[in-house]
Amino acid sequence: MRINRLAAGLAVLTVGLTACGREVGGDAADDPTSDGTSTATEAAATAECEEGETDGDLVFYNWSDYIDPELITQFEEEHGVSVTSDYYPSNEELLAKVQSGGSGYDVIVPSDYMVNIMREEGILLPLDKDAIPNHVNVADEFADPPFDPGNQFSLPYQWGTTGLGVDTAVVGEDVEASWDLIFDPETASQYSGQIALLDDPRETMAAALYYLGYSPNTTSDEELQEASDLIAEAKQHIAAFDSNLYTDLLLSGEVAISHGFSGNYFAAFAEAENPDQYRYLIPLEGATKWVDTMAVLADAPHPCTGHTFINFLLDAENGAQLTNWNYYGSPNAAAEEHILPEILEDPAIYPPDDADLFFLEDTGDAEILYNDLFTRAKS
Amino acid sequence: MSALDAGASSGPVSDAAHPRRAVDRLLAGNAWLVFAFLYAPILVLVVLSFNSNRIVGVWQEPTLRWYRDLLQDQAVLRSLKNSLIVAAVSTTVATVLGTAAALSLERFRYRGQRLFDGLLYLPVIIPDVTMAVMMLLFFVQAFDLILIATGTSPNLGLGTISLSHIAFNISFVAIVVRARLAGLDRSLEEAAADLYASSWQAFRRVTLPLIAPGVLGGALLALTLSLDDVVITSFVSGPGSTTLPVYVFGLVRRGVTPLINAVSVVMLVGSMLLVIASLIVQRQRND
Amino acid sequence: MSTLTTPPDAGPEPDSGLLAPETEGLEEKGERRRGRRGFLIGAPSLAYLVLFFAIPLGIVLVYSFATRSRTGLTILGDWNLDSYQRLADSLVLEIFWRSLWLAGLSTIICLLLGYPLAYYLATRPPRLRAVLLVLVMIPFWSNFLVRTYAWRVLLASDGPMSGVLGWIGLGDVRLLFTPFAITLGLVYGFLPFMILPLYASIERLDFSLVEAARDLYGSGWQAFRRVTWPLSRPGVIAGSILVFIPSFGAYVTPEILGGSRTTMIGSYVVRQFLSARDWPFGSALSFAILAVMLGAAVLYFRSGGKNL
Repeated sequence: MRINRLAAGLAVLTVGLTACGREVGGDAADDPTSDGTSTATEAAATAECEEGETDGDLVFYNWSDYIDPELITQFEEEHGVSVTSDYYPSNEELLAKVQSGGSGYDVIVPSDYMVNIMREEGILLPLDKDAIPNHVNVADEFADPPFDPGNQFSLPYQWGTTGLGVDTAVVGEDVEASWDLIFDPETASQYSGQIALLDDPRETMAAALYYLGYSPNTTSDEELQEASDLIAEAKQHIAAFDSNLYTDLLLSGEVAISHGFSGNYFAAFAEAENPDQYRYLIPLEGATKWVDTMAVLADAPHPCTGHTFINFLLDAENGAQLTNWNYYGSPNAAAEEHILPEILEDPAIYPPDDADLFFLEDTGDAEILYNDLFTRAKS
Repeated sequence: MSALDAGASSGPVSDAAHPRRAVDRLLAGNAWLVFAFLYAPILVLVVLSFNSNRIVGVWQEPTLRWYRDLLQDQAVLRSLKNSLIVAAVSTTVATVLGTAAALSLERFRYRGQRLFDGLLYLPVIIPDVTMAVMMLLFFVQAFDLILIATGTSPNLGLGTISLSHIAFNISFVAIVVRARLAGLDRSLEEAAADLYASSWQAFRRVTLPLIAPGVLGGALLALTLSLDDVVITSFVSGPGSTTLPVYVFGLVRRGVTPLINAVSVVMLVGSMLLVIASLIVQRQRND
Repeated sequence: MSTLTTPPDAGPEPDSGLLAPETEGLEEKGERRRGRRGFLIGAPSLAYLVLFFAIPLGIVLVYSFATRSRTGLTILGDWNLDSYQRLADSLVLEIFWRSLWLAGLSTIICLLLGYPLAYYLATRPPRLRAVLLVLVMIPFWSNFLVRTYAWRVLLASDGPMSGVLGWIGLGDVRLLFTPFAITLGLVYGFLPFMILPLYASIERLDFSLVEAARDLYGSGWQAFRRVTWPLSRPGVIAGSILVFIPSFGAYVTPEILGGSRTTMIGSYVVRQFLSARDWPFGSALSFAILAVMLGAAVLYFRSGGKNL
């Protein structure tokens, strides 16, 4: 009875809501009549900025610990604006937060596949390249990426790989860079209970797919099922699936092998008592390469300050300062001469050209399959 | 002196006195155990705030570095301030509204009450992330409507965070207060209603003191929930209105440094001092 | 803090005054007036919940009938029941049962630890009670993540808990990233939710009545079972609801302390809204949770649980 009346009450409310003549939800791409978002997109298409123009204080939405605070101060002083920074822990949270519009942020730092989604959803502002003369500094390799042809909506920020961090005191100095460490039953059983994988459906399924020799972006039911079974079998040796504290797990000795993002390891190794004890490996069978990019939101309150900020970060010296501070690779070709030689020469940060590196792409409807098969494998 | 102690000492010494003392001891033992359980991780947290190594669980050497850093970290201080503002506002409003809801549901009968009753439980049941998504969608829609109607629109920020916190806290407060009200004898309240001219006076002089422990419990719960909420807050916050838990959650990718332990220690010490201060004030008033 | 304790009536009996038989017409009028006053007292809260909860909830209800687009948008307009059909998936049911089980276990442990503590607190001198109650809460005003990480340090394989176990002679037992760690985390996180309502309802007990019962029944256990327990039942029910429901939907604890090896329904819902970007299914899942929990509550109260 209570439920019935409740349901009835909700039905009334919902009818009342739709009777207001507005659709709920705000997806600009599929619903061009939704006035709030569409006006933003229209305004966006016509936004034109001068080089160095500012139209207010910048609101920057970034990953944590991803920019040298001095760069922010320098930008504030050079252009006479103040910068407010907030941080997000994942691309998905970033998307959920900005997709309905009205978030109030100017510049965001989405990764490759997320740029593709956001572009299609119409929540990014097409970049006015005239206001970003430093875009010519971008290395050829990143100038026309598959997720954003022609860099129409995004310019690269930093790039890196997803691989394995190992404790050589356990796995030995001459450890082979291979997914065997995790998926080969014999090898993995030596490190049983000392392995951590990312808790990320795409990255972790990709690890299994590389081991099996399949594409990390496959949409084949059979291949995905095989990958899921492989993870389920490996689970007996896996201590944890963790996307956040994988470096801490490795350095505190809880695990000897952990799966994670390159730059985080280098930053963590530098804090270790004995940095040489740890090593970051890019598995030979194949590994994920990713690019984080800078983009301006379609409803950014200060789009021109946003453009100026992007231009500022693409400057040769500033780009180098980013890399020297966060240990991720720089997509900025002009910056190379200012980057510390030990970073440039580190094959873990700048892998040799013959390494098999792949971008993860949005797989459309198969995303659901990735998620469910990964959840099934874990439990 | 507690009622239980009074009973034990005033009555004639019976055979039952012996096991009763044993029960008392068991209760005290359990209390120590639970407090040890509650404070064990707090001890770890405090120790780690003096750790010079930023990696959780790897002890290097003692340092005050994180406390020094804290004083200069504008972002952390700002988010701490935001947290305290939201917690104070949402706890106050939710305690008043939640207590009123509890009184209304537990003390009266009217049509549509069951609907209200059911609605009151929903914010407790609904998964955090669902509430987060729906509040965000709601505010964005509402702001669009306000923009059309008035030409200006409010923004996501401390206001929307507080409104959302109140929405779930009302329910938690109401549930705790109702646990107190249920079965509480009403003859006193009724006598009071005859005695005092206004029903407000009757409420203030009789009902409120009767339910005070429930109201206090509800308020403490609301305060805790507000200080801890991450998901809902992160969705409905705007630029610069990040609260401490949301700020900390954003740090997880690079590891949460002992700086956050230091913030926690400052908050713990602050609340301990408040408790001691209120104890002293109470004692002075009583003397 | 109030020290007023009143002799409890025969049990939780709502509205005894209202139901007292009197002359029909007059009584009805008074009842209606009383009812209107009761409604007015609750009206602001009701209005608040309708505006800031029920209407937003209506939005996700609409979403649950929508379709996920290829890129993960929610297409409004192509209404269907697909998301609800997916609820019968074996994966969903398995996660559901596991969450029920872990939440139930945590609730029972919280009750076993929390009831005696609440009783102890309620029988301290009045001035001490409030202080002790606040002392129960203070650990929870530190940061949630930092607190949970502290448990990780305590449970680590070379940490203090393992050390104690090894010292007792239990050998090398893995604690971290197990269902045990999850249960421990849930009990820790939600224990105060049990203690607060229990305290509120035990504190009002008249302990002279407990004394009388003890004399009457001869044994303390009988006195507890026949008098104290029934009178504190509202607190037990409220506390159990406040522990069970959040434990059921918990997701940070299973991820951080359970190493995500044990998926609970809370994580699964989060996954739908974030990584799968399947808002319709996430919404449908949420409504299934609402329906099951409310249904259980209705059944419970129907079966006369309240007056037991």
